[in-house]
Amino acid sequence: MSEKLLEIKNLHVMYKTDEDDVYALNGIDLDLDKGETLGLVGETGAGKTTIALSILKLLPERTGFITQGEILFEGRDVVNMKEEEMRMLRGNDISMIFADPMSALNPLHTVGKQIAEVIELHNTGMSHGEIEKKVDEMMELVGIPAERKTEYPHQFSGGMRQRIVIAIALSCTPRLLLADEPTTALDVTIQAQVLKMMDDLKERLNTAMIMITHDLGVVAQICNKVAIIYAGEIVEYGKIEDIYEGERHHPYTVGLFGSIPDITSNAERLTPIDGLMPDPTKPIPGCRFADRCPSCMDICSRKSPGMVNFDGHQIKCFLYESGEEN
Amino acid sequence: MSTPLIQTRELVKYFNTRRGPLHAVDHVNITISRGETLGVVGESGCGKSTLGRTILRLLEPTSGEILYNGENIVGYSQKQMKEMRKKMQIIFQDPFTSLNPRMSVSEIIAEPMITTRTHGSHGERLDRVYHLMETVGLAERFINSYPHELDGGRRQRIGIARALSVDPEFIVCDEPVSALDVSIQAQILNLMMDLQDEMGLTYLFVTHNLSVIKHISDNIAVMYLGQCVEFAPTSELFANPQHPYTRALLNAIPIASLKHRKKLEIIKGEVTSPINPKPGCRFADRCPYAEDRCREDGLALKEGAPGHFVACRLHE
Repeated sequence: MSEKLLEIKNLHVMYKTDEDDVYALNGIDLDLDKGETLGLVGETGAGKTTIALSILKLLPERTGFITQGEILFEGRDVVNMKEEEMRMLRGNDISMIFADPMSALNPLHTVGKQIAEVIELHNTGMSHGEIEKKVDEMMELVGIPAERKTEYPHQFSGGMRQRIVIAIALSCTPRLLLADEPTTALDVTIQAQVLKMMDDLKERLNTAMIMITHDLGVVAQICNKVAIIYAGEIVEYGKIEDIYEGERHHPYTVGLFGSIPDITSNAERLTPIDGLMPDPTKPIPGCRFADRCPSCMDICSRKSPGMVNFDGHQIKCFLYESGEEN
Repeated sequence: MSTPLIQTRELVKYFNTRRGPLHAVDHVNITISRGETLGVVGESGCGKSTLGRTILRLLEPTSGEILYNGENIVGYSQKQMKEMRKKMQIIFQDPFTSLNPRMSVSEIIAEPMITTRTHGSHGERLDRVYHLMETVGLAERFINSYPHELDGGRRQRIGIARALSVDPEFIVCDEPVSALDVSIQAQILNLMMDLQDEMGLTYLFVTHNLSVIKHISDNIAVMYLGQCVEFAPTSELFANPQHPYTRALLNAIPIASLKHRKKLEIIKGEVTSPINPKPGCRFADRCPYAEDRCREDGLALKEGAPGHFVACRLHE
């Protein structure tokens, strides 16, 4: 048990606004071992980013609430952790890379200063020279010549900016890295460079990673576990082989794969999922995917399905629950 | 051979900047036959959107010819262009900024009919709006909604209905699905292909997504820094890519299958500046096969296999 780096149990998160209560996460269970990479896959609004923000306790104040559930990082309870303790955890043990490298960097400071800031905050007592040396080291690590540390973000291209954001995130050698769509804003050839670099760094520093993305291609390249998330729930969870090559799948996963134009085949038509994601402000008694599901049954709209476990490959669907109605 | 619907000859669009002319579209020759789709693919800043807009004369070309049905429209007056605009429309990338937030769905879809003075009376236009909404799969109840009330997929459907409202022959689709989630993206792609079959539309489809372009195009033009480096029928291009850049692009796509889990082949470096570019092949600095002669002037598209054009010294 002790080697679990991160455990999330039955996590519920709600956003309260003046108009509505939004049920963003509805019972998420996840765990991650040291050095593992988990892909969190889902569409806009599925709750992927909310999971990452909950782990860091960065949900918007006064609107985002963890209403139920536990988050354990190395056995420590994150949900009830004090803010000072949390501050040490962030950056030091867990850090995050955001989707848009332009808005994640401060345009008024040189990139060197922005990397130094993190190192300084988390290593009090480090001398100026040591910090500068560490900054140079981090720049080289992500493949940017250290001389360029005196330049400002706008002087770098998108791919290089993302490398700097990654350098900042890794500068305190965190044990867990949350990467929120780190390559979405990049061109494919640059995306390939950044993915390769992240994969190498992960090996070298033995960092565990949660990769948030909507791109099943990226996941296939870099992850060893996958969680498919839909409307605030994990509908399928397993090793990468289970998800990509397994025989049994959640109908939503099938729909996701059917929606990607496949560069290796010559299919004439895509088979998209009809309809849209359900309104997250309304609690749903049955399966959240029922409305869009091609194999929807009577029971699906009445009762919420449980997770069915096939040797660690979990699917939340009545298709696999052996006819135990009521 | 029948006249192609769209043809460009040595089309050039430079933007003047303080540091010199920015070569956004540099001597591009493309051909699109009626009822076909040409996919234009390339990375950000390669001039693919500028090409689309210049063909519509939303941007004035610096030099070169744009032939529509064999007629050069570059010299056309404002008045003549207004007539042309009924035949040529555009669908934009971002369904959030390309719709006026103060107009309702019916006003947005009807607007081109008003500006081009087709479908005269209000009643006629409304009938047509209903018809178009049905065509693109928008429920009637949204007719008085405003864009902010709708999700990205529905907004993109409005953009498509708007483009269709004047019965165009040719539509420039500027990354129409890039801002959408995959399941919605697939719905829109299917819709666009159905519309093409029904109405015989001709598309210029601009995108950076090679999987999407493979799915929808008959021919593909690969652009790099303002130049078309390879032009070929879709199946030929994917089976037999010639230009080193095209190959690098194809190798960089992560594929959603473990069988193709490969060491991504990485090309070094980044796109250089399109302002005052060096003579010769613009990809030479990143190209693993570059030789001295690649940096000499006078590179042009040459036909290798039938219909397959490539601009590379290695294939001369």
